[in-house]
Amino acid sequence: MDKGLFALAIMGIFTQNFIMVKFMGICPFLGVSKKVETAFGMGMAVMFVMVVASFLTYLTQTFILVPLNAEYLQTLSFILVIAGLVQFVEMFLAKTMPALYNSLGIYLPLITTNCAVLGVALLNIELELNLLGSVWYAFCASIGFTLSIVLFAGIRERLENADIPEFLKGFPIALITAGLMSIAFLGFSGLSF
Amino acid sequence: MKNLKVLKNGLIDENPTFVQLLGMCPTLAVTTSVINALGMGLSATFVLIFSNIVISLLRKCIPSKIRIASYVVIIATFVSVIEMLLKAYIPSLSKSLGVFIPLIVVNCIILARAESFASQNKVIPSAVDGLGMGLGFTFALCVLGSVRELLGNGTIFNIAIFGESFKPALIFILSPGAFITLGVILGIKNAISMRKEAKNNG
Repeated sequence: MDKGLFALAIMGIFTQNFIMVKFMGICPFLGVSKKVETAFGMGMAVMFVMVVASFLTYLTQTFILVPLNAEYLQTLSFILVIAGLVQFVEMFLAKTMPALYNSLGIYLPLITTNCAVLGVALLNIELELNLLGSVWYAFCASIGFTLSIVLFAGIRERLENADIPEFLKGFPIALITAGLMSIAFLGFSGLSF
Repeated sequence: MKNLKVLKNGLIDENPTFVQLLGMCPTLAVTTSVINALGMGLSATFVLIFSNIVISLLRKCIPSKIRIASYVVIIATFVSVIEMLLKAYIPSLSKSLGVFIPLIVVNCIILARAESFASQNKVIPSAVDGLGMGLGFTFALCVLGSVRELLGNGTIFNIAIFGESFKPALIFILSPGAFITLGVILGIKNAISMRKEAKNNG
């Protein structure tokens, strides 16, 4: 690992922001960003799953796949770990914290097919991070995810009342707005080190 | 005749990218050039066809409670196949698509077709549906990729289109260009369909 934890944090939150720069997790970004509260809930759910998933996938990679020389099964085993994890979290929350479960309920199953989760697991391996680095990077990347989805939801709430040409309403204007936000995030690229 | 309709459905009427807005992550991420777009589109088509065939064959054996998990395993198998094939035969493409090849697993188009088409139809229509949806996806990626490559780099398939004096607008290759180009294309599509509707109504 040649990057410090601080550098990883800057990379995860700003310079390599998952949504704005890396294009991971665009589906929930466009799908559930109509209200700030739901966007925040989604961000929190993703954060939890991403952190736990990178912990588990790191262990899977180091203690199962590498010793068995089966790295080609990475994609398959990682998605199974993530799907199992999401299922487990869903059942666990439903039993123990029904209030939280109800507020996150609909987003949890969606997280399995959120590429940010599988993406961070694969990136951890690609960046050759150790266990602490993987978990930390997942945490920072999910902060970056939450940051951009909440900011975007704020803008979209305003867009509802704005006077937009008829043919741009809905997704087109949302995408163009996201593009402008992405320009702002490009400004952070000078920070990369 | 029916198969032809299924094919057209995927290509135009229910185009996964422009109409259903599925699979946005690879759509935005890999369309910096037409070649990347084509590579991603065809890889996804391959996965779509074969996962649709297998899921359709097994549609009576898969219990409905664990169907999503079973679909994901089947899809992941074919993604691993295409990942290894690309690494072995087209390493340059595999490098430029990078992490987005394994991420085909979580491309919502594939899971959506498995759930809504392959699990309810016979093998041949399912294969045709996979082909149609895949080609529709490829078509959309290529449109986006050619606009971005042309404006951002002045080339198409790496062949220079404009003269020496053309200064490419780099921003179209960078991430903001992806969002803005797709937004504008969807806007144009809406404008056209609105005009058509207005004409039909009077």
